[in-house]
Amino acid sequence: MGIEGIGARVARKEDKRFITGGGRYVDDMVVPGMKHAAFVRSPHAHADIKKIDVKKAEGMPGVIGVLTGKQLKADGIGNLICGWMIHSKDGTPMKMGAWSPLAVDRVRYVGDAVVIVVADTKGEARDAAEAVEITYKERKAVIDAVEALKGSAPQLHPEAEGNLIFDWDIGNPPETEAAFKAAAHVVKMDIVNNRLVPNAMEPRAALGHYDKAEDHYTCWTTSQNPHVARLVMSAFYNVAPENKLRVIAPDVGGGFGSKIFIYPEEIICLWASKRTGVPVKWVGDRTESFLTDAHGRDHHTHAEMAFDKDHRILGLKVETKANLGAYMSLFSSSVPTYLYATLLSGQYNIPAIHANVKAIYTNTAPVDAYRGAGRPEATFVMERMMETSARQLGVSPAELRRKNFVTQFPHQTPVIMCYDAGDYAASLDAAMKEADYAGFAKRKAAAAKKGLLRGIGMSCYIEACGIAPSAAVGSLGAGVGLWESAEVRVNAVGTVEVLTGSHSHGQGHETTFAQLVNERFGLPLDQISIVHGDTDKVQMGMGTYGSRSGAVGMSAIVKALDKVEAKAKKIAAHLLEADEGDIVIENGALKVAGTDKNVPWFQMALASYTAHNLPAGMEPGLKETAFYDPTNFTFPAGCYICEVEIDPDTGKTEIVQFVAADDFGNIINPMIVEGQVHGGIAQGVGQALLEGAHYDAESGQLLTASFMDYTMPRADDLPSFQVSTSNTPCPGNPLGMKGCGEAGAIGSPPAVINAITDAIGNNDLAMPATPQTVWAAIRAATKH
Amino acid sequence: MAARTEQKNQPAALRHVVGGGIMSDVSLTVNGRKVKGSVEDRTLLVHFLREHVGLTGTHVGCDTSQCGACVVHVDGKAVKSCSMLAAQASGSTVVTIEGLANGAELHPVQAAFKEHHGLQCGFCTPGMIMSATDMIRRHPEGLDEATVRAELEGNICRCTGYHNIVKAILAASQTMSKSSKGKAKKAA
Repeated sequence: MGIEGIGARVARKEDKRFITGGGRYVDDMVVPGMKHAAFVRSPHAHADIKKIDVKKAEGMPGVIGVLTGKQLKADGIGNLICGWMIHSKDGTPMKMGAWSPLAVDRVRYVGDAVVIVVADTKGEARDAAEAVEITYKERKAVIDAVEALKGSAPQLHPEAEGNLIFDWDIGNPPETEAAFKAAAHVVKMDIVNNRLVPNAMEPRAALGHYDKAEDHYTCWTTSQNPHVARLVMSAFYNVAPENKLRVIAPDVGGGFGSKIFIYPEEIICLWASKRTGVPVKWVGDRTESFLTDAHGRDHHTHAEMAFDKDHRILGLKVETKANLGAYMSLFSSSVPTYLYATLLSGQYNIPAIHANVKAIYTNTAPVDAYRGAGRPEATFVMERMMETSARQLGVSPAELRRKNFVTQFPHQTPVIMCYDAGDYAASLDAAMKEADYAGFAKRKAAAAKKGLLRGIGMSCYIEACGIAPSAAVGSLGAGVGLWESAEVRVNAVGTVEVLTGSHSHGQGHETTFAQLVNERFGLPLDQISIVHGDTDKVQMGMGTYGSRSGAVGMSAIVKALDKVEAKAKKIAAHLLEADEGDIVIENGALKVAGTDKNVPWFQMALASYTAHNLPAGMEPGLKETAFYDPTNFTFPAGCYICEVEIDPDTGKTEIVQFVAADDFGNIINPMIVEGQVHGGIAQGVGQALLEGAHYDAESGQLLTASFMDYTMPRADDLPSFQVSTSNTPCPGNPLGMKGCGEAGAIGSPPAVINAITDAIGNNDLAMPATPQTVWAAIRAATKH
Repeated sequence: MAARTEQKNQPAALRHVVGGGIMSDVSLTVNGRKVKGSVEDRTLLVHFLREHVGLTGTHVGCDTSQCGACVVHVDGKAVKSCSMLAAQASGSTVVTIEGLANGAELHPVQAAFKEHHGLQCGFCTPGMIMSATDMIRRHPEGLDEATVRAELEGNICRCTGYHNIVKAILAASQTMSKSSKGKAKKAA
């Protein structure tokens, strides 16, 4: 490892612009003639649109256009779609209701877009939006997935009878039934995974610019995957053919999954730009983010686990009802199925598993991938079950887990996944040592003397990320391939540009990707640029989500670097009159091994472009492209231990210690990896203690639609975290990397809840464990 | 954090009617440069800075003055620039994230955020750095972790879990106290 190569704790290249105010986000973009948009949104959770009167709004100061769904439809703009086909257990395809970017006849959740107003200023657009008169006939709304399945519930879409989108099965029901018949112990639980709002700090935004002379569209958008946005907007929404549509995702202020999806607003801004003849910018405010960003989680689950007399797991049954909201968002169907139920084997040997998932429409914001996407829900089920089982069986939670760990690899689970590598005992041991698990009893006694309840809980998570390979996900219903692309351009002066299909919105790609090049060619980081986020600059790519940019995105770069290296060595061998096999690259030069004969890197690069003296038949230039399609998911895993102190008088929980021991395979930049874990844990602790999206059951109004009502984790809600890694390289990709972006959010919620329930002696505790909830649970426990 | 600056003997913004709206003439010093503008009465300081002065480093992350992405210094104090009208700031001296560094030399808080990986997506970062700078100024005696966490209550970050932000602020506080002690010694 060099000082800037693989494994080095290099400070980030991109930081300079962010710490000096030089970041360029969508809201910072200005195009000559640009005007501003505001949306009129449904104030009702469920209603028929009877009449839209735009006359008064059209006469307001500064107004350029007031456009409705009827005009959008007349122009042939298509409905939004879900791009992952799921078949119910009876073989029927999922029931997808129509989702028009602007509602035409009916609105189905509070925030559903109905009209767009374009005006000279943002203020004027908003004033005019308030003057649009819409007559609604209200319908009854349903916001809870369990309620929505009842026969008496209001129906959202004619396509989905009983609000049921699919009724999907995985695993082996007869074997699972047999396992339960043979069981010595069965542990049963009802588990709710609370609905969350992703809340990237930068609200979603879009700037659409139609160039009439060129008949060409440009869209600046807050996207994690601009190429997918272009593809979907072209192929399905009929905005423009791909060659007439440029999508740019500049600096993006966090995504966490919520900026994967193509939302109505970017489609409408592009269309409205053509309709009005001006570039149209929309920047969501925070309440619009709360109302319309795809939410996360919202599962109701019943789980049963069967053990033999020696406490070995025999089988697992899981029934989950997943709330998908009012419309099916782009990847919504994959989250409670292939990203959830396939992880229900956890870190454990479970011979038989049967899971059933029902996906359900309700009058709430669409639900889709949010950091972890299905895997936090699976981990919460598994790790709450393991902790509860240990308590019911009267054994140590650590030893029950250890006894059931998978120890032989590869390991085929009953739910599709084949784990390739791992050492779960190593993470467990590391975490227990770091947390001084053995000393807990003493600390608990000391806390009791102060009148505080102290508890400890753990969570041994596994997740699947680097989502792939294409053929596999295709066979499971994915509408896209899940590979990644890279182009490595060596310029004539020897500097390097890497064009990646991944997108960085906080992950530090401009640094880690450059470290990879530095490791290979020895060039300093400031001579290496990473280019991403613009469909005009970068070849087709799949973007960043599912912790895939390292394992998949960097592997594509490795493949392109291999090709560059091979050609560079050929050129050097020719210039040095040496054998190609004897050329090594060291400290920015190509050398004949064991001699002092060498050609500097920049000279080789220049030679490739002057092309005065190249090997016979070689094309000039030095630029290579690669597409990488992995052979398997990667399987990060680890053990998290949380220790809490609770004031029984107030129910307030303080996290006094949080330990994370992760296995991420090989690591490029430990500083950045640790940062990813910190952020993930904060979101997981947020889910466990603070966050929850609440709709009013009658009116369907989102009661938590601002930072004043929805509790975001603040600095004083969190401790400093003790993070470490013990790594087993992933055999599935050339760098041996797994993925670290989501682990923190996946592993932490059950650790926190296990700790609190340990402290208060009541296992019945819902998330978020607010002081009120904890206080009530303490009272309930002491009553008995 | 002060919600807004005290009203000193500032020249009141001149108000006049243009078309249907009431406009205010505002004049202030931003990052050492005098700027003037005629803006709608309802224009917030943050929008004036972003849209009229063209300083887009100051961000808007919410509508309720919770997130702190818009913190700037008004007359030396940290202020959420979404909680103040541009007209109210008329006559003030404003420093934004763009004006914090001394030329090419980063402010110690900026340098510490980079060194300690105190930022990821960068959106909350300008507000964090401006708040942190003010926090350090208000605590010449030095800072501890609990104080930093308590005083960051008005700034939300979704990426970092605050771990490295806290580290960066503590480190910057130490650097700045060393350098001010050094200067004090020299002066003596």
